[in-house]
Amino acid sequence: MRRVAKISAACMASAALALSATACGSTSSEKEDSDSDSGKGGVKVGLAFDVGGRGDHSFNDSAASGADKAKKDLGAELKELTAKTSDTEADRVQKLTDLADAGYNPIVGVGFAYAGAVNKVSAKYPDTTFGIVDSVVDQKNVDSIVFTEEQGSYLAGVAAALKTKKDHVGFIGGNDNPLIKKFEAGYVQGVKDTDPKIKIDRQYLSRGNDTSGFTSPDKGESAAEGMLDRGADVVYTAAGNSNTGAIEAAAGVKGAWAIGTDSDQYAVPALAKFKHAILSSMLKNVDIGVYDLVKSVKDGKPKTGVSSYALKDKGVALATSGGYLDDIKAKLDAAEKKIVAGEIKVKTTP
Amino acid sequence: MKKYTSRFDKERLFLGIAAPLLAIVAALVVTALVILATGKNPGPAFNDMLTYGTASDSQVYILNKATTYYLAGVAVAIGFRMNLFNIGVDGQYRLAAFIAAALGGALTLPGIVSIPLIILCAMAVGALWAAIAGVLKVTRGVSEVISTIMLNSIATAVIAYLLQPGRLGELDRAGTKVSTEPLPSGSQFFVFDTGAAGELWGFIVVSAVVGVLYWFVLGRTRFGFDLRTVGMSESAASASGVGVKKMIATSMILSGAVAGLIGMPTLLNDSHEFSNDFPGGIGFTGIAIALLGRNHPIGIALGAMLWGFLERTTNHLEFQGYDKEILGVIQGVIVLCVVIAYEVVRRYGIKRQQQRVGAELAAQAAGPVKKQEVA
Repeated sequence: MRRVAKISAACMASAALALSATACGSTSSEKEDSDSDSGKGGVKVGLAFDVGGRGDHSFNDSAASGADKAKKDLGAELKELTAKTSDTEADRVQKLTDLADAGYNPIVGVGFAYAGAVNKVSAKYPDTTFGIVDSVVDQKNVDSIVFTEEQGSYLAGVAAALKTKKDHVGFIGGNDNPLIKKFEAGYVQGVKDTDPKIKIDRQYLSRGNDTSGFTSPDKGESAAEGMLDRGADVVYTAAGNSNTGAIEAAAGVKGAWAIGTDSDQYAVPALAKFKHAILSSMLKNVDIGVYDLVKSVKDGKPKTGVSSYALKDKGVALATSGGYLDDIKAKLDAAEKKIVAGEIKVKTTP
Repeated sequence: MKKYTSRFDKERLFLGIAAPLLAIVAALVVTALVILATGKNPGPAFNDMLTYGTASDSQVYILNKATTYYLAGVAVAIGFRMNLFNIGVDGQYRLAAFIAAALGGALTLPGIVSIPLIILCAMAVGALWAAIAGVLKVTRGVSEVISTIMLNSIATAVIAYLLQPGRLGELDRAGTKVSTEPLPSGSQFFVFDTGAAGELWGFIVVSAVVGVLYWFVLGRTRFGFDLRTVGMSESAASASGVGVKKMIATSMILSGAVAGLIGMPTLLNDSHEFSNDFPGGIGFTGIAIALLGRNHPIGIALGAMLWGFLERTTNHLEFQGYDKEILGVIQGVIVLCVVIAYEVVRRYGIKRQQQRVGAELAAQAAGPVKKQEVA
């Protein structure tokens, strides 16, 4: 019994030590050499990607291409970090803090998951400009980059409705979060406004705080296969990296179309094999938002507040590469005009 | 006799230390090889992990993460001690955190009343969710592995259904995040402010208390003895008058109640709401940590801190240009090494024991033969 008392005393002591140790010692930012002076007058851009990261051929790649453009045109230096599906708020704070400590400015959190972290870290580094994509953060030094996905998706819906031969289309979302529901809402409205008889299948690849639906091409493929088997012939997919699976499935069925999202997926080299089935992509030009922010910082007038990129300023658009939309261009343009003029109000929730 | 026990203890201590040491060394070697294989130098990587991981803000990060992981490890370990594989910890804690967050957002009571209510609610939800698997096992013989995996998926679906605008969720301004109503500031748990290093979550105290209770109940009470007995041999336990079914159900419920606590550090100390980016998958981390800590209250604590340390430092390795996948590799290798090392050391220990017993028996055998002659 005495041994037990000794052991527990030892534990208590070590726990107390561990606790007190947290108060002493230098922080990681003090330990790091502060080489924050940006060499040769260029801007150092820190990018914190959402799950999937560069190479997802979709959302993250759209942001990455904006940063690449800034690298080419403005001589910006890039540093990229990518979220894991297991990341928590603390990990996101750490990523942004590491970037801020190393002198990166601006720092962009790509994806709404970074909202909380940007809020915390931007308050600690008032001289650094932060960007947050797909969310709004109320800090003086934050540029909130948001898009009207529902407007672009409406056009995707119109295109799908005009192209379907079986009067049956599908929608695949990566996760049933409100952002992806904006895609769904716009798409459904676009389809129904064009032809209310068309049947729409909807499926989400993951739910709640499981975001694996954005990184699982296999799930995208099986969901699309299921819809095609049930008789759909146009599938609109808003699921990040999982889009590739859905596109592959559509390419395997004669006469079926896939509509991609975020990046122009027709132009993605890795998807060249399936080009014949990529009807279009609902472009979400995160690249413009990122590029604008980097340029503003370089020009010494950092953008802050909410920067909304809508259909009217080409923040969202329907890609026309491939020329598959040429025959219905007039109808799409008419719908676009109506949205821009405010004659059509696109819903943000299905 | 005393001489023997003291020698035995020393040997046990040696064997106890040998296994984790062996595992960590093996894991280091394998990790170094993996980093080498990616064409980078492991030396600076380990060096960076050490300097960055010991910085004061890293310590706070590690302890905060360990607070959560410790609870997860204990929740799983309770099942393990009973020979129950509670894979459902994940669903139990998420559902518990969600319901507790919804309750907490709706309460407008002073913190001293609402915080215990939130915690009790979480424990009750976790316990109830685990009880489903426990009851199924006891009454219908359903394997708890299967039922808890299914219950995880059901929990995900239940949360996804309820966490919608108009039900228990509300949309943020940008319309991209849905969360429960945030807790009023009075219902937030206390934190230790460590200045530049950040805030250390006050829930670490609760975690420590849970650890002490776990050690005491399992090691020092009749209930704990019964539980461990059932875990070791059900037939022996029931022969000695232990109600096996009751024990299975009870330990499942206990495991679930502790699982309910897992989300609390995040909820009460950090996010103050349950949103669609509430950390998930911690139940599975708990399995790894319980394995690593060998179900021992201090071992689990060390495992939890090691996990936090690895996450903290590999995040920074990514910043330094190493691949971020290195985290998964290190964690996987450590768990594998620990399992293998313990088995190796256990077999070695048994062999040593057999040799010793054999030697003692041989020595005794020399005696009785003479006695027989006398008789």
